[in-house]
Amino acid sequence: MNLDNLYQEVILDHYKNPLNKSLAKDYDVQVHHINPSCGDEITLNITLTGNVISKITWDGVGCSISQASVSIASDLLVGKTLDVSESITEEFMDLMQSKGKKSGNELVLEDAVALAGVSQYPARIKCALLGWMAIKDASMQASNK
Amino acid sequence: MSFNPLVIREDFPIFSRTIRDGKRLVYLDSGATSQKPQVVIDAEVDFYRLHNAAVHRGAHQLAEEATDLFEGARLKIARFLGAEVDEVIFTKGATESLNLIAYAMGNAASGNRFHLKAGDRILVSQMEHHANLIPWQQLAARTGAELVWFDVTPEGRLDLSQIPTLITASTKVVALTHQSNVLGTINPLDEIVKAAHNVGAVVVLDACQSVPHMSVDVKKFGIDFLAFSGHKAVGPTGVGIMWGRRELLEELPPFLTGGSMIADVTMTSATWAPAPAKFESGVPNMAQVIGLGVAVDYLSAIGMDSIAAHEHVLTSDLLTKLLSVEEIKVVGPHTMDSRGGALSFTVEGIHPHDLGQFLDSQGIAVRTGHHCAWPLTRSLGVPATTRASLYLYNTIEDNDALMTGIHSAMKYFRQ
Repeated sequence: MNLDNLYQEVILDHYKNPLNKSLAKDYDVQVHHINPSCGDEITLNITLTGNVISKITWDGVGCSISQASVSIASDLLVGKTLDVSESITEEFMDLMQSKGKKSGNELVLEDAVALAGVSQYPARIKCALLGWMAIKDASMQASNK
Repeated sequence: MSFNPLVIREDFPIFSRTIRDGKRLVYLDSGATSQKPQVVIDAEVDFYRLHNAAVHRGAHQLAEEATDLFEGARLKIARFLGAEVDEVIFTKGATESLNLIAYAMGNAASGNRFHLKAGDRILVSQMEHHANLIPWQQLAARTGAELVWFDVTPEGRLDLSQIPTLITASTKVVALTHQSNVLGTINPLDEIVKAAHNVGAVVVLDACQSVPHMSVDVKKFGIDFLAFSGHKAVGPTGVGIMWGRRELLEELPPFLTGGSMIADVTMTSATWAPAPAKFESGVPNMAQVIGLGVAVDYLSAIGMDSIAAHEHVLTSDLLTKLLSVEEIKVVGPHTMDSRGGALSFTVEGIHPHDLGQFLDSQGIAVRTGHHCAWPLTRSLGVPATTRASLYLYNTIEDNDALMTGIHSAMKYFRQ
């Protein structure tokens, strides 16, 4: 296995220059998610306009995979309806469980296909999913409000 | 026989395999679990092949052989710890040993010396592994006792100036790690044990990171209970030790009840067998216990003092090398005074999880994260660290491989 499959340029770029990494003062729901196996933490604010996710901001500490993944997800899922966001999230989760057999649909997942290599490293899947699970949780809470 | 890690490595079959496409295995994660010598593997296999039967039961030759081997292991471990044979209790690991003590204390009725109530205190430290923290948190919650703790100084030592305020007439239990699995700090016992006994408190020692690495004599330490796991001491998984002073084991109520721990049973009541049986209900992990007996024989034949001396040299070497790099911050004592071979550190600009992944690609196995001591790593302001932990089969070459790996990772992640 080549480490470059895991640490794609796109991932390291997002890690060094993360998107939406500044918590907005106004939000509908705030969630705090932790990866108890490695101590990564993320706080995430979400705002809905109707059934569209209109703002995602976050702050956190963690490894390059977890930080790049939340940066990518926060950029990809903003502006999407809750249904579309959910289906993209499911496609991403499916990619993560693919044990290296899938490369991901770039038309749907955009930059997130760069995380495909994570699926070959079982211990890192939770890192990649941390931000996505936070967005899923926050979206559900916001839509139930 | 002089100590030669290269000869010792030949006893451990795992070192004959390679890692990540043909690389030499550099195993620096013995603090999580140690590798196993062939004699321990053989002992487990031989038990299943030749002697398998439920110990302490059965009127047949196999049951006799199994019981002899099992009780033989208890005697070996008692000698290894400087304990009486009936004081050695087999559990499935240190976590169970510590929970056994905490739950058994929680079962103590009013009048029993272990009975805890509101106003009593349980003392731990901020450097405890979760396994020696949460059982006491839970015991405090169940009994109304107060949980208090030693703080950890910035250099990773217990703040002993707190002894007079922390160990008072209301202190009933002092539960402390002997060597921190994160910091490598070896805690001074004499002063704490003396203060605890002056107020009638018992001292529970989490010796997971010390028993495998140095000579431990429970009588010399003057402690009351001790816990360790076999798998960190070149033994099998699934077996641990809870040691307690005989008179305390007599008064301590049982934790798990059931078969083989009773003196007499009616439909409505039961009385207990004396220790160790009182704390060993059910058919135990026999092959693992026997394997642990062989493991302590293996360690004793090499000599715990020789192992400790070897680790001291290795630790000193790696500490010096880590401290010489500006981007590396060592978390824990920077001197070799009362310091064991667990070295935790951070590398500027690289998250430990990424560093661990990079090192793995070079065949180097380390641990990353909070090391099951989250309150400690948070208090030190480093949510996660990378840890290298050394053992008898490690070499200076392993240290150098780690340093090369760290330098390569620094280039890789800053490209």
